[in-house]
Amino acid sequence: MSELMDIANGVVSRAKGNEEIEVYVSRGHDTDVTAYDGDIESLSSADSGGVGVRVLLPSPDGARVGTAWAGSLEPHVIDAVLADARDNARFATPDPFMVLAKPDGVVPAEIDLWRDSFASVPTDKKVQLALDLEAAVRSGDPRIRQVEGASYGDASVEMALVSTAGISASARRTTAYLSVMAIAADGEDSQSGGGYSVGRVLDELDPEKPRRDAIERSVRLLGAEKIPTDTYNIVFDPEISSTLLALASSALSGEAVVRGRSFFANRVGESVAAPLVTLVDDPTDARMFSASALDAEGLASRRNVLIEKGVLRGFVYDTVSAARAGTTSTGSAVRGGLASNPGASCRALLLEPGELDQEGILKAVGEGILVTSLTGVHSGVNTISGDFSVGIEGLRFSNGTLGAPLREVTIGSTLQRLLLTITHIGNDLEWLPAMAAGQSIAISSVRVSGR
Amino acid sequence: MAQTSAPTLPPLIDPALAQNVLDHALRRGGEMAEIFVEDRSTTGASLDDGRVEELSSGRDRGAGIRVIVGDTTGFAHTADLSENGLRAAAEAAAAVAREGSGGVVTVALGSRQGVSPRAEVLPESVDKAKKIELLLRADSAARASGGAITQVSAGYGDSRRRIMVANSQGTFREDDQIRVRFAITAVASGDAGLQTGSESFARTVGFEAFSTVDVEALAETAARRALTKLNARPAPSGVVPVVLAADGGGVLFHEACGHGLEADAIEKQASVYAGRVGELVASPLVTLVDDGTISGEWGTFVIDDEGHTAQRNVLIENGILTDYMWDWLRARNAGRKGSGNGRRQSYQHLPMVRMTNTFLMPGKDDPKEIVAGTKNGIFVAKLHGGQVNPVNGDFVFGTGEVYLIENGEITEPLRDVNLIGNGPEVLANIDAVGTDFAMVPGSCGKDGQSVPVGCGQATMRLTGITVGGTAA
Repeated sequence: MSELMDIANGVVSRAKGNEEIEVYVSRGHDTDVTAYDGDIESLSSADSGGVGVRVLLPSPDGARVGTAWAGSLEPHVIDAVLADARDNARFATPDPFMVLAKPDGVVPAEIDLWRDSFASVPTDKKVQLALDLEAAVRSGDPRIRQVEGASYGDASVEMALVSTAGISASARRTTAYLSVMAIAADGEDSQSGGGYSVGRVLDELDPEKPRRDAIERSVRLLGAEKIPTDTYNIVFDPEISSTLLALASSALSGEAVVRGRSFFANRVGESVAAPLVTLVDDPTDARMFSASALDAEGLASRRNVLIEKGVLRGFVYDTVSAARAGTTSTGSAVRGGLASNPGASCRALLLEPGELDQEGILKAVGEGILVTSLTGVHSGVNTISGDFSVGIEGLRFSNGTLGAPLREVTIGSTLQRLLLTITHIGNDLEWLPAMAAGQSIAISSVRVSGR
Repeated sequence: MAQTSAPTLPPLIDPALAQNVLDHALRRGGEMAEIFVEDRSTTGASLDDGRVEELSSGRDRGAGIRVIVGDTTGFAHTADLSENGLRAAAEAAAAVAREGSGGVVTVALGSRQGVSPRAEVLPESVDKAKKIELLLRADSAARASGGAITQVSAGYGDSRRRIMVANSQGTFREDDQIRVRFAITAVASGDAGLQTGSESFARTVGFEAFSTVDVEALAETAARRALTKLNARPAPSGVVPVVLAADGGGVLFHEACGHGLEADAIEKQASVYAGRVGELVASPLVTLVDDGTISGEWGTFVIDDEGHTAQRNVLIENGILTDYMWDWLRARNAGRKGSGNGRRQSYQHLPMVRMTNTFLMPGKDDPKEIVAGTKNGIFVAKLHGGQVNPVNGDFVFGTGEVYLIENGEITEPLRDVNLIGNGPEVLANIDAVGTDFAMVPGSCGKDGQSVPVGCGQATMRLTGITVGGTAA
């Protein structure tokens, strides 16, 4: 870790004149193993490292910024990256709001995302876990025809971030996952379903969960058919709610607001969701898989209330978007890669849970569709207009009891309307490997296109 | 395509070192060892909110080594291209070879064939200010398209990807791939909220592309799409005839059957097209080709990422399934030749079966007549990405510009919508294919890896697809 800090400090110490420099360095190790048909299909391992540099050249009209990166930590490569970033800065438009984050006195939360035992897990154990899961799914139900692959993967990452503006931060984390995709068949009909388990080290994984989920999700879709075009009440599975919440949160980015790309701009204080909706972004909540003590500019993560009882309370900001909006960073900077300028985004969203579990919600709603998977999310959801049209798979339910499976239909609405028509929020919280935690959510009267 | 007269660059690593590393990788046994070396440099520039916000340079260089032992692949990658670094990666990759047959292995590589980049003007030789200028011109053109255009973002990118593939079967090949891209998105504001329109351009060529492509025209197209949608009404819901414009993009075929014709999905019985070669799987109007050799297209290359020369493969001919797409491993398992479809995102990834440029061959119908012959339906002028579940064949794709067809005429604009269908059913229900043709670039994601692809088609009509709108 101190080696990464040394590298970063070394680059920052080379700032010339009034130029500002921010350096991000990271190093990681990862292993992936996939089992297929009773054998190891592939076993990969790798060490990687990289550096990203931003250089700000002040001018009377504001700073110009240039960035550069490389997938290497070799000294001569880092030299070239710094030189490239300096050169690139000459071509940017001067921007009075372009500044580096400065320490703001908020103390980072103590969150332990690192497991010392990570490094001592033998490769054989990782391989065996994948092989066992593959075999368990294959023999778990006579209708399982094939397991497309069962995978174990893990990674450890360390990073350091140092800048001439006084930021000096480091973080490290370990992650491990187990996943499987099963194919169930009955005659000509084939359906697939997957499952996974995530943790910080192999011992925290639960192989029973992916086994059970992959079998259940593939088998229960056998015989799925189109349903008639109509309006239905919808209940989303926790994973689906998590995906939709993450999409809707694009409009809660202060960056989207200042760039005129948020359908929530100018609506603070107004009702934007059903009164039972309270939405918080809190990366300091250690239960969240995306928990993190720091944001991508090295500022402390913090708890931000975005929607309270249906009323829009505010947005999340990084340093630059906050400056543009005349406010301060909420510790919500994210970065696309090693060297991009940071942007602002929600990072760990949680909806305040309601009273009922999924079974209770199905009973309360009575009749409708339980949505268990979405397709076409990247092409079918416009996070700027809020227009929304995606493919779904799932199960009909009536009198609160699950019934026939359905597929090849779409649901169409807008993200704005979805938030306003939430009728139930479940207490069945799931900590998913995603930006948002998941729980069952019910929505009233959604247009479904089918036959 | 003109070739530069640039001198051939030295190999990414010394051939003797490659040979030595391959010997080392097979020390414990194994059927095939391969070293894939990549050196990629990229430039990206972005404009948003009227400002050039970022110019970024990136460099990624490293090697991936794989060792194949029966049905098992061992893989390791490293950014350290020294002899020590590569030997360590070779040992990690060889860990899957447990039979320990040992012994000295000597690999004989073929002789080096020089390769020069297929570009007239290398992007790295172009002044950065010229790249920035493209963004500024596009921004002005989009904003001049109408007062309702309230925001514009644009991006420029170029990349040079040099690769070298050497394997224990003697393959020793190189490629030098130059790509340029440009994209623009406009946001329009109206009484009913925000709408977006976008357009992009991407080719496997050098910076000379920008002497012919008109970035102002791309910007005007993006702006027009956003403005048009301000007044658009919701799309219908349910099964209605759909006419797809040729230049709207061929992503339909990419999703409806392309992924299902990849041999890895076939081998695992994870495709509705498994075991159906020789059968009628589509309307007789459908002839589908995957071709990595078409000059300048986004999915074009000289060799794939396993050293196999790019080639043209007919997948469906007059509706009959003729072949799948193959990489080295799946071709070996099937006891046949590869097809030049082994690709990977970078040296940090294992290769797998991927499409190149996939397209529907033009047919005999007049595109205007196809619209005129459609009493009521929708006209999709621009597709916008899609997704497929190869196991049951269900796929969706989104639109970026779509209109209502009433009494054989294109009338009102509609809001964007997803279409959903089942691959084999939709392909069987194509009842008209136009004489026109266009190819568009796309980025294809599979198992976490993204590669550039081309998608092409003629104007055509589908009758078995569901439109996921919100109107009754």
